[in-house]
Amino acid sequence: MALSKNNKIGDGDYLEFEQKVADIDRQMDELRRLSSAKGIDYSAEIRRLQRKQVAELKRVYSNLTAWQIVQVARHPKRPLLTDYLNLMVKDFHELHGDRCFGDDCAIVTGFGQIGREKVLVVGQNKGRTTKEKIACNFGCPNPEGYRKAIAKMKFAAKFGIPIVTLIDTPGAYPGIEAEERGQARAIAVNLFEMSRLPVPIICICIGEGGSGGALGIGVGDRLAMLEFAYYSVISPEGCAAILWRDGSQAPDAAQALKLTSRDLQKLKLIDEIIPEPLGGAHRNIHDTVYNVERYIVRTLSVLKRTKVENLLENRYKKLRAIGSDTAGLLRTKTKAIKIDIKAAAPAASGKSKRIPAKV
Amino acid sequence: MAKTERREWNGYSLKPRKDMPEGLWTKCPGCEHMLYKSAVEKNLNVCPECDYHFRIDAETRIGYLVDEGSFEEILSDLTTSDPLDFKFRGTTYKERVKTDEKEAGAKEAIRVGKGFIKGRGIVLGVMEPNFLMGSMGYVVGEKVCAAVDKALAEKLPLVIVCCSGGARMHEGVVSLGQMAKTSAALAKFDEVGGLYICVLTDPTTGGVTASFAMLGDCLIAEPGAMIGFAGRRTIAETIKVELPEGFQTAEFMLEHGFVDMIVHRRDLRSEIARLIDYCRK
Ligand SMILES: [Zn+2]
Repeated sequence: MALSKNNKIGDGDYLEFEQKVADIDRQMDELRRLSSAKGIDYSAEIRRLQRKQVAELKRVYSNLTAWQIVQVARHPKRPLLTDYLNLMVKDFHELHGDRCFGDDCAIVTGFGQIGREKVLVVGQNKGRTTKEKIACNFGCPNPEGYRKAIAKMKFAAKFGIPIVTLIDTPGAYPGIEAEERGQARAIAVNLFEMSRLPVPIICICIGEGGSGGALGIGVGDRLAMLEFAYYSVISPEGCAAILWRDGSQAPDAAQALKLTSRDLQKLKLIDEIIPEPLGGAHRNIHDTVYNVERYIVRTLSVLKRTKVENLLENRYKKLRAIGSDTAGLLRTKTKAIKIDIKAAAPAASGKSKRIPAKV
Repeated sequence: MAKTERREWNGYSLKPRKDMPEGLWTKCPGCEHMLYKSAVEKNLNVCPECDYHFRIDAETRIGYLVDEGSFEEILSDLTTSDPLDFKFRGTTYKERVKTDEKEAGAKEAIRVGKGFIKGRGIVLGVMEPNFLMGSMGYVVGEKVCAAVDKALAEKLPLVIVCCSGGARMHEGVVSLGQMAKTSAALAKFDEVGGLYICVLTDPTTGGVTASFAMLGDCLIAEPGAMIGFAGRRTIAETIKVELPEGFQTAEFMLEHGFVDMIVHRRDLRSEIARLIDYCRK
């Protein structure tokens, strides 16, 4: 696993809205080069540029559009699952395989320690190098990934070990084999089982929260998001291709989908936003991981004090309430009404006596 | 049954597909025969020549399934409040809802209620393909959960007939969340030993397949129905290969072990009744 210790932003890493930041970086590099080559002291000038850069980053990052946030969430240097495992999880022991078909590297599962707590970590892995990316399918899990995840979660639940899931996927893999092996069923079973596993489950979206592929490890007692992560029912490009009939309208789609952490918090769909360092997670991996770790430790201490019955009841209530505050509208008072539906079918004709059926 | 090539489901077409154009005659998408419309209707909207199952609206489906006049609908007035205030391409989600309400004569993409099948009480949910492609937003999720609650309270079997393009994009993560919500409700139902029969009809895709549609104790599919998770276009674009013939059909799902049986529309009622009798404790 490649640990991205060096998170220096190179020439190719600036996003299109960061050009001013890039300019300042170049000026600073030039001054540093001059000062070492000619022995002139430019430190005062460099400090001034640093202050200017901080101000510029603050300005840019406090006004990001939804589409810009999607770019930050997909930044090639953004901390990945492997960074969290290396920096946050002590004594990580990976557990492989779904006992059914194979071992999907797009989802990593294993025991380890976060803070002082023993936990099961379940996370989606995108890979940093080309080789890693191919090995883990660019973070798009196959059914065996979801099956592995639920198998290990049941294992953890059996021994009262809390679960932490780290979500970062463009979506479940859309392929012929994935369909043949039951992608839909695999995700459905995870939603079904995660809703009732008798241990605390904390879900954190650390990058891309791609639709059902994200939700497949995203059902629990808490759902938090990193500040510039996104979570969406469909990729902005996919939504644009369908509703705008033009994939290049993705920025508009991103805006409309309300996929940012702020929007989702307003819609009461997430519990907390975990702040990112100035200029996004990719500018400071250590601080990002530290913020996530602090959130996990703090939240676990609350959840661990909750009785299992209450934990499950609260989780159920929370899931059942999704959308209730914002999305429903009763036009008139609803009562049971008998509707007159034509029994056109020969199969439906022929009245029979009503007998109470009990299951 | 004559094996004929099936018309491909056109993914997320924006207009409700017209399976049955106006007029006396209709062309069967399965065998291309010109059929007398009333003959098709009398035959449960199944082609008399090739058994092609036409897509039908919720009201027709309920009529085919339950004993005459026995359906009591609940939550029929629950409608979406457009949580995202969703606007696209110069129009709005609200507008789209209004259009579909008018054209489909339905208020949402599912109808739920209590009814009887050959005298056996059931809670029934039937999805409405002509209302925003039968997609699941908050209201669909809420009504599925209400159906589960009713089945729980009245100790009745739950039957849901799926027909859906998946999660409803216009409601964003609210609609994604309905997958978790309905699955959680079904887990509760499962714990008390409730019987859940799920009927998969053309098409059942996306977030609906990846939640309540795949969680039945028994999964019944209609012949030739398109059933899958990812859209055909998405798959084709991702892997850049031609999709095999019969991919994501009911027959494909049976072959790969994801449905229990394929049942002809004319036998659906008796098959459900038989299952209910079998599972009665
Ligand atoms: Zn035909």
